[in-house]
Amino acid sequence: MTGSATDQTVTKTAAELSDAEVKKAAHKLLSQVGGSIATYAEACVRCGQCAEACHFYHASGDPKHTPAYKLFPIAKAHKRSVSPLGWLGLAPDVSRNDLAHWEELIFDSCTMCGRCTIVCPMAIDISSIVAATRQAFAKVGLGPPDLRAAAENSRDRGSPLGLTEEALEDRIEWLADDNEIDIPLDKDHAEVLLTVSSIEMMKYPQSIVGMAKLMNATGVDWTFSSEGYESTNFGYLSGRGDIAKTMIERIVHAAEKVGAKTVVIPECGHAFGVMRWSAANIVGRPLPFQVLHITEFLAEMKRQGKLKFKSFDGSITYHDPCQVSRRGGATEEARYLLDGFATDFREMTPTGNRNWCCGGGGGVQAMERAAGLRHKVFQIKMDQVEKTGAETLISSCANCRLTMDESAEHFHWDHKRDSLIELLADHLIEQE
Amino acid sequence: MDLLSFARGPALQFAIGVFCFGVTWRLAILLFTPQARDLTPARKGALPSPIAGGREVFRRMWPEIHPTGSNMFTTINGYVFHLGLAVIVFGFAPHIQLIKSIFGTAWPSLPNFVIHIAGGVTIASLIAALVKRLTSPVLRLISTLDDYISWAVTIAPLITGYMLVGRLIQPYNTALAVHILSFVVLLIWLPFGKLMHAFIVFISRARTGAYLNHRGAQL
Ligand code: SF4
Ligand code: SF4
Repeated sequence: MTGSATDQTVTKTAAELSDAEVKKAAHKLLSQVGGSIATYAEACVRCGQCAEACHFYHASGDPKHTPAYKLFPIAKAHKRSVSPLGWLGLAPDVSRNDLAHWEELIFDSCTMCGRCTIVCPMAIDISSIVAATRQAFAKVGLGPPDLRAAAENSRDRGSPLGLTEEALEDRIEWLADDNEIDIPLDKDHAEVLLTVSSIEMMKYPQSIVGMAKLMNATGVDWTFSSEGYESTNFGYLSGRGDIAKTMIERIVHAAEKVGAKTVVIPECGHAFGVMRWSAANIVGRPLPFQVLHITEFLAEMKRQGKLKFKSFDGSITYHDPCQVSRRGGATEEARYLLDGFATDFREMTPTGNRNWCCGGGGGVQAMERAAGLRHKVFQIKMDQVEKTGAETLISSCANCRLTMDESAEHFHWDHKRDSLIELLADHLIEQE
Repeated sequence: MDLLSFARGPALQFAIGVFCFGVTWRLAILLFTPQARDLTPARKGALPSPIAGGREVFRRMWPEIHPTGSNMFTTINGYVFHLGLAVIVFGFAPHIQLIKSIFGTAWPSLPNFVIHIAGGVTIASLIAALVKRLTSPVLRLISTLDDYISWAVTIAPLITGYMLVGRLIQPYNTALAVHILSFVVLLIWLPFGKLMHAFIVFISRARTGAYLNHRGAQL
């Protein structure tokens, strides 16, 4: 698989940038300033209320992790272009030092979770600002090398974790045989195209089996496609607009080819966020199918009476993936699925739209250098879970799950963790 | 032309001109900066954007306090000085007269003792805000020159107003001129610094409200 590589493809540090590249980054920052971004860039009253809302600041206590501080590069570029001082050449431009200083803040310490937006009296959406700023930084090769590598692997090998077309076929065959289950791949026509997160396929394969089992039980006509299967979008997360588009186009193409009316995104928050709320804008046309997160799809099937579950009697608490709940509008779907199934469901405090992030969203999971900070953040989650007294922590995002598993291992925290889908699949009442 | 005539006349007129031009110019930039059309379908049941945006403007007036209470001071203090300023600007009889002389409309004033209390509380609240800005590591890091200038031009008319009412500057005409000039400075600065948030707050909240409502996200 190949894709266009119009952006800077070599990872650099700010010190390695030429003066022209520094200017290019500043220019790209400016080009990101659309209507809302311009408003946000001008709106901050620097009240600092967002600090405590951000898990990075909450965990580190370091003022540089204040969300408002992440506005600075784009605000600086914008100010230079619209203020009288800028016209006179007196407002400073974004400098090499700025790029060096903010690189870590824009990438490693923002999961684009949107929690700060809740408390901001000006309603500034820092997450949108960070996404726009990442594009400018990526334009000149800045950003964590492993995040960029994940994006480039996706473009060149189909997935960030080496899930090539061949590997997909092999693994599907293996999972289908081993579990004696039908996992359709590359059907000519299907109502529903199911996609994967390679995190699941490579690290949590039982999740794929669970999805297939549930999909089969609904009776819908569905398939995977080897032409468009990877729904995580590291192009988007790394600021590589070209790769983001390539990844989206693969799924759009695959869905159009099989005539799918629905594309289902597996347990991955960012994959859902990008495909549901950005894909049409990135490819520049409305998509000819609806995009649903797996919890939305299954909740609808349950509503229609197509899925029934045996009750689960252990105590459970649910971690909301930020992009599904707070930023995705699907907070209630997982709860609807748990309703009547989990007899001892305990909400965390805070929960739902105000739940804390796991610390690994926004591509932060893929950044080795951010591991220490991520672990610190996870202490918030451990504390939340322990306060519920629930035995099992579940989520509906493989990226959150991986983040939580790695941090749990770091802390030797042996609390039970599971995926909502796997748990549901294990308790499915198979109907004739 | 004496100082008072200058302050009341050309200085105030100039300041109002700069204020109107500056505010219009900044709002125009924000409202006319092109915004790409969102091609994604809204979640079923999402409100029309203008309604969602308008709702967010009001909804955010309700404070969001962290469970730790860490933003309690900033939130309450913010309410105190915003309300205090509103009471003084729109409730003090001489201010209402000035507004009437410019816009031709007036309303009943508040008793003087209310204004005096509001003035004292507002000054104390603004001083507390400055102390917080200077002592909080977060605020120190994110503060810019704009924050300090905006603070100074906001508190100056309060202080000169107090001096005027308390006859701390003599003669009276000089005190009045100084008070008006401090207001002139505020008017001139407002469109160019963060005090512009008095207008931007509507756009910013409305945009985020519409954006998240499109997704069906309920904050
Ligand atoms: S809460 Fe909003 S206005 Fe206040 S500092 Fe943070 S981003 Fe700026
Ligand atoms: S979006 Fe989330 S991670 Fe990023 S600054 Fe806001 S609260 Fe912090």
